[in-house]
Amino acid sequence: MTAEIESDACFANRIEPGVDELVVNVGPSHPSTHGVCRVIVHLDGEIVTKAEPVIGYLHRGIEKMAENRTYLQVVPLTDRLDYVGSMYANWAYCRAVERLAGIQVPERAEYLRVIVCEMQRIASHMMSLGSAAADTGAATMFIYAFDQRERVIEAFEELCGARLTYNYVRPGGVSFDLPEGWTELVLQFCRDHRDGLELIDRLFFGNVIARGRMKHVGVLSAEDAVAWGASGPVARGSGVNWDARKHDPYSVYPRFDFDVPTGSNGDCYDRARVRLFECYESCRIIEQALSQMTPGPIKTPGMPRLLAPRPGDAYDQIESARGTLGVYLVSDGSVRPYRMKVRSPAFCNLALLPMLAEGHTLSDLVVILGSLDPVFGEVDR
Amino acid sequence: MALIDRLGESLDSGRGGGVILSTVDSLIDWSRGKSLWAMPMGTACCAMELIAASFNKFDFDRHGTFPRPDPRHTDVMIVAGTITKKMAPAVKQLYEQMADPKWVIAMGNCAVSGGIFYYDTYSVVRGVDEFLPVDVYIAGCPPRPESLQDAVLRLRERIATESIAPDRRREAVLTLPTVGDISFGKRPGEGSADEESGSR
Amino acid sequence: MNINELREHLCETYPDLCPLFSIEFGDGVLAVDADRLLDAATDLKELGFDRLSMVTAVDRPTHLELVYRLYSRSMTAALFIKCNVDREEPRVHSLVGLWPAALWQERETFDMFGIVFEGHPDLRRILLPDDWEGYPLRKDYRDDSVIRRPDYI
Repeated sequence: MTAEIESDACFANRIEPGVDELVVNVGPSHPSTHGVCRVIVHLDGEIVTKAEPVIGYLHRGIEKMAENRTYLQVVPLTDRLDYVGSMYANWAYCRAVERLAGIQVPERAEYLRVIVCEMQRIASHMMSLGSAAADTGAATMFIYAFDQRERVIEAFEELCGARLTYNYVRPGGVSFDLPEGWTELVLQFCRDHRDGLELIDRLFFGNVIARGRMKHVGVLSAEDAVAWGASGPVARGSGVNWDARKHDPYSVYPRFDFDVPTGSNGDCYDRARVRLFECYESCRIIEQALSQMTPGPIKTPGMPRLLAPRPGDAYDQIESARGTLGVYLVSDGSVRPYRMKVRSPAFCNLALLPMLAEGHTLSDLVVILGSLDPVFGEVDR
Repeated sequence: MALIDRLGESLDSGRGGGVILSTVDSLIDWSRGKSLWAMPMGTACCAMELIAASFNKFDFDRHGTFPRPDPRHTDVMIVAGTITKKMAPAVKQLYEQMADPKWVIAMGNCAVSGGIFYYDTYSVVRGVDEFLPVDVYIAGCPPRPESLQDAVLRLRERIATESIAPDRRREAVLTLPTVGDISFGKRPGEGSADEESGSR
Repeated sequence: MNINELREHLCETYPDLCPLFSIEFGDGVLAVDADRLLDAATDLKELGFDRLSMVTAVDRPTHLELVYRLYSRSMTAALFIKCNVDREEPRVHSLVGLWPAALWQERETFDMFGIVFEGHPDLRRILLPDDWEGYPLRKDYRDDSVIRRPDYI
């Protein structure tokens, strides 16, 4: 009996590698695809020879819809683009409108925008790290990350009444000023969040299984990251030290002192670490902004209710949690945009998937997709 | 399912069968309603609230509902998010793969009627009830996680009004008060004869 | 590098591109013809524009206008390329060979506008189902299933 088990006879009917290729369809409804993504995977045994993402399952025609809405009515549509980060999606659009119409936003509104954007960045990274960890099987980490995210969402609910789609940043300013006690709430959150991040660091990033699953998986070189238009933590994980807040600064970011975390290896582990450290930096920015902020108006005085900017076009971008989110607006002088184009970082990052997944196993494909952090409202628009 | 239908019919028609039927009904409704495993068909923003409802602060598991991604493990499909024309065949296929008895909850404005994407879009299905029979509609953009949990509790009450005998309805006491943002779809046996047609 | 320095640098290195450069509302724009697009893009890549940020199109009343946005990290400068193509036969050379970032973005522009990018390795629809007819972001796209929002403001 022992001799039979130890002999090679039990491997006699194995499939010859390279002869039989299996095509597996992952998605569009799948627990690990972060939304509606379908990946058609060609497998040779367990090794992926070709992975082709099929997107468009959430294509709602937001760009076409924007052509029949006034400039203010488009803001709730931008909420639904990157629904994990409505605040900064609103802000990117509002910056483009303000550039097009030549509107100057008051300083307090800029500070408020920075604060909510950084808090949204924390919430988005917690979502991303949590679901990336859940993909590797670490369900506890998901709960810990969501705990932090819920704190941010509670703060936003105090501020503007909504949990997910805020419609807070409007062209010309923001919609509500801070309620009583919000500053203390957020400062307490920043203090607690640092402890929470340390817990996540020890729980997940120190874990030998997480390291084994994420290190040297999905390696992206810095040249490829730039050539393929990757941005955000995906590019910074490969060592491309470029962050629109530092290297192409906008709003009041030049007044803050913060670092831009960069990785070196370009693997999934580095990308996740970049996201973790960005949360620390966001806490720093929030604390500085809350201390520097002065009372003042939160909306541009004299803003017309119906904006009719000059004919022409404008492009403006911000650094979102996923990369550079840009909005290109074309105006023909009427109250509705002639064309709105959203330069979506998740769309550009997702184009890397076929290149990164080739040669890895099917389980690594899931980890790579998690590290690219797509949000399909933004990918498909 | 066929065995249960025959049992239900025979109990309904036989003398004294009503007492046995009501006992069997309450047993079956208890077992079906108290542990409704949900298939999260989360496509867009509402999926974030569905996830939030299932974990941390709002904990769906205390109601017996747990998100299972596999259609064959689940009783209720929660359609959370916009359904586009490209996605609709996949949703329909997954619904058909679910085992009977099954229910559908349409969560969020997009699943109820197309929502914010009703006008001017060429690729959105205006409401998931265009191709699925919906049992509970939840309004909201996105609805709060408590709203989703409330909908599952109401669905549980509605399940308590079902009977294994095909033409019977049970008199169950609906204890939850009616609210504005949750409404119910047509039940099979109430007017529309075809369960699969799913028309409003 | 600000806009005027960029213009000087461009004019020194590639004098034939100089007359095509203009400044519109603070952004540098290079207006090229469809047949000169690939040469101009190659020159710009050599100049230091290592990143293609955005590829899109706008449906103007008489033609389709392709808009590319290039960015240079070394010069910290951005540049738009605008290229007019004919509406009936929109063909232009693909820039995938220069910047792989164009791979999916050009597919999306083809999907929405119908512009054919010659030399693209895999030009097919990306966001809409493969059997969709028509190009939705064109202004003359007609679809009976679209319910137009009433004109109340």
